Amino acid sequence: MHNQDFFLQALIYLGAAVIAVPLAKKLGLGSVLGYLLAGILIGPFVLGWVGNEANEVMHFAEFGVVLMLFIIGLELEPALLWRMRRSIFGLGGLQVMITAIVISLVALGFGFQINRALAIGLILALSSTAIVLQTLSEKGLMRNIAGKSAFSVLLFQDMAVIPILALLPIIVTLGQPAVLSESSLEKIGNVAQMPGWVQLLIIIGAIVAIVVGGRFLARYIFRLIAGTGLHEVFVALALLLVIGIAIAMEKIGLSPALGTFIAGVVLADSEYRHELETTIDPFKGLLLGLFFISVGASINFSLLIDNPVQIVGFVALLIIIKFVILLVLGRVFKLKKGYEFLFAFLLAQSSEFSFVLISFSKQNQLFDEKTSAMLLLIVTLSMAISPLLLIFNDKAVSPILARWQNKLEYDEVEERENHVILAGFGRFGLVVGRVLLANNFKVTILDNNPENVEVLRKYGFKLYYGDVTRPQMLENAGIKNAQLLILSMAEHENALKVAQYVREKYPEVKILARAKDIFHVFEFFKVDVRNAQREMFDSALELSASALEELGFTRYEAYRTIRTFKHHEEQIQEELYKHWLEDHNQFIRESKRFREQVLETLQAEKNYSIHETDCAWDVDSIKKEKQKNTPETHEPDSIEK
Amino acid sequence: MNKILVLFAHPAFHKSFINKSLINGVHDLKKITIHDLYETYPDFFIDIPAEQKLLLEHDVIVWHHPFYWYSAPAILKEWMDLVLQHGFAYGKTGRKLEGKRVMSAVSTGGRKEVYSKTGANQYTINEFLAPFRRSANLCYMEYLPPFVIHGSHLMTNDLLNKHVADYRQILTMIRDNKITPDELEKIEYMNELILQNA
Repeated sequence: MHNQDFFLQALIYLGAAVIAVPLAKKLGLGSVLGYLLAGILIGPFVLGWVGNEANEVMHFAEFGVVLMLFIIGLELEPALLWRMRRSIFGLGGLQVMITAIVISLVALGFGFQINRALAIGLILALSSTAIVLQTLSEKGLMRNIAGKSAFSVLLFQDMAVIPILALLPIIVTLGQPAVLSESSLEKIGNVAQMPGWVQLLIIIGAIVAIVVGGRFLARYIFRLIAGTGLHEVFVALALLLVIGIAIAMEKIGLSPALGTFIAGVVLADSEYRHELETTIDPFKGLLLGLFFISVGASINFSLLIDNPVQIVGFVALLIIIKFVILLVLGRVFKLKKGYEFLFAFLLAQSSEFSFVLISFSKQNQLFDEKTSAMLLLIVTLSMAISPLLLIFNDKAVSPILARWQNKLEYDEVEERENHVILAGFGRFGLVVGRVLLANNFKVTILDNNPENVEVLRKYGFKLYYGDVTRPQMLENAGIKNAQLLILSMAEHENALKVAQYVREKYPEVKILARAKDIFHVFEFFKVDVRNAQREMFDSALELSASALEELGFTRYEAYRTIRTFKHHEEQIQEELYKHWLEDHNQFIRESKRFREQVLETLQAEKNYSIHETDCAWDVDSIKKEKQKNTPETHEPDSIEK
Repeated sequence: MNKILVLFAHPAFHKSFINKSLINGVHDLKKITIHDLYETYPDFFIDIPAEQKLLLEHDVIVWHHPFYWYSAPAILKEWMDLVLQHGFAYGKTGRKLEGKRVMSAVSTGGRKEVYSKTGANQYTINEFLAPFRRSANLCYMEYLPPFVIHGSHLMTNDLLNKHVADYRQILTMIRDNKITPDELEKIEYMNELILQNA
């Protein structure tokens, strides 16, 4: 074994990843683009540190996709999967079919024979599971409707790979009689040589085996191994499981990713789910990173430089075709408000599986050397551009859509009288909202985080997506007739702006606000919002009470102590506010804010000694008096009568 | 003219019928401060210095509350425990409240007949109020006969209006020093002053 080589390679790949990925993240480009750029950098056309073996690395690293689907399966309950059946088969099926047909027609137009055109269509119709899922989980979009739709499509594509692999040899014979060599069939697997019904039986048998094994056998084995207390054996077992399934699936011609995905779903309600997830996750991450780097490294820049216009044109054409079809399908499947654009941009590239299909077709003499090299380059470039498309969507398309279809982007809010507007429904607003709703108040909830809105709507909260800093949004929410406006959003500066605006325009609306810190409270005071609560103060006090209890205070003593502290803090606050008003320029500089705050608070605290202890229920003074007293006075001896 | 501090204690003011009317009937009187304890201290965290200051600023204190379990709602007891401090309200050096007068204003569900030796409650209202009387006396204050509304559960509007007017008149009389010590000697309830005059 070439240890030297292996370690050198590892050094290059890992080094490139460690440098490029954090840099890309810092620049807001996402990790996928970071890996791709790292790959390009170390690839043969820039630094030349890795050569053609990048392709082998890529095939090896594709296993990361398999691991990723296993983990996704673990996180997905079977019931949820069942609910997604419509979008998997409907949306996914239509996407593959329509895209394949359109691309084939375009290929025909470019003069390809019908069988080749068809193969190109099928190959390019797929999208990259690796890139899309990595992006989704990185951006927290897995639970977003666009993300879920994209996932459904990818899942269908994974299943579609099986029939496509079966179709390709038949396509070869189409139009141009050519006999498929036995050796190329071997590639797909031995099963492919068997009659159709046997194939089907074997596939069904394999899936049943995974389900039954996962349900009944796996738990027993996991328990046995976990019982040894040797973590590394558990790691080995987890990897063994995934690799075993992957190999078995490959043997019968199923996609390994699909097989492990099913295994993941089966194990989703097992008690070892989280352990499996944390065990597999680092392997998945590393392999995927490796995969993206190798994609970057394998971009054939010499081919690109030879035919720049042609290649760029093809890539653009491919992306546009896929994008348009996805956009239309997204619309048909009820994706709205910019989600259809996100969905389309997400899936507009081609797939890592295209690599396999291209080389498979090449072996079948479907494509010549040049065509397959060109196809490979187009696929690779489309994948590399994909993260850029998402950035484009975020930075350009979304904002334009937001402005352009003002009314469409933000939910329409019914106007109601005598109601409460709650702006911000995150950690803070959720509590406020639940209290109000539990007491049957009518609350119009606004939140500017679409994922949040979507998730909470599922739980039956009536909340609207919208940005309250836009006056129109407040109007729509009925600020005119609102009794109360609660600013519970985390964006402190925005909350202040809204408070100021509403104070000026609707002075009769009462405002309650969540404040970041004491100075923020003062800023609210200044715009005449007298009730602003520091977001951390009360929970910190509660925790202090628990600390006092742990240290031996009785519960009531602890409660009274923090309550006294709070009272004391309120007095300080008045003092501090006066001082702040006098020369608040001094406090304005944000960088010094916390330090100034501590200093000022401690300074003011000197005027109100907290150390003067609570003398409620104290009998000391009575005792003292009694000791001095003559017995004949009938003074009371204590409050205890 | 005396300044009157009404220390009002009702934990469910929104559900109160009698006491809400009484408070609404007197809140606009001059020289009268209505101090709603449950409203001011929802968490029972009573500001002792502030309460003591308030006491010093007034001449007459009214403990106004529904008659719960033959006594006052919990916060008034808490108020007494905390505010009537040794060294302030009682004790050798604690004579800050000396000479002030205290009156209880209570509403009960039971009729007057029930509050008697032969009635179901076995004791009179004045007997039940003994702790309040003693506390006031301990603090060197004069304890006036109570203002009592009986039969609060079966109150008619007319009768309630009469009680509200009586309460207002009694507080006004106390404020303006219109009650002679002789009169006080003769009565069990403050209410009788109005009945006599009527």
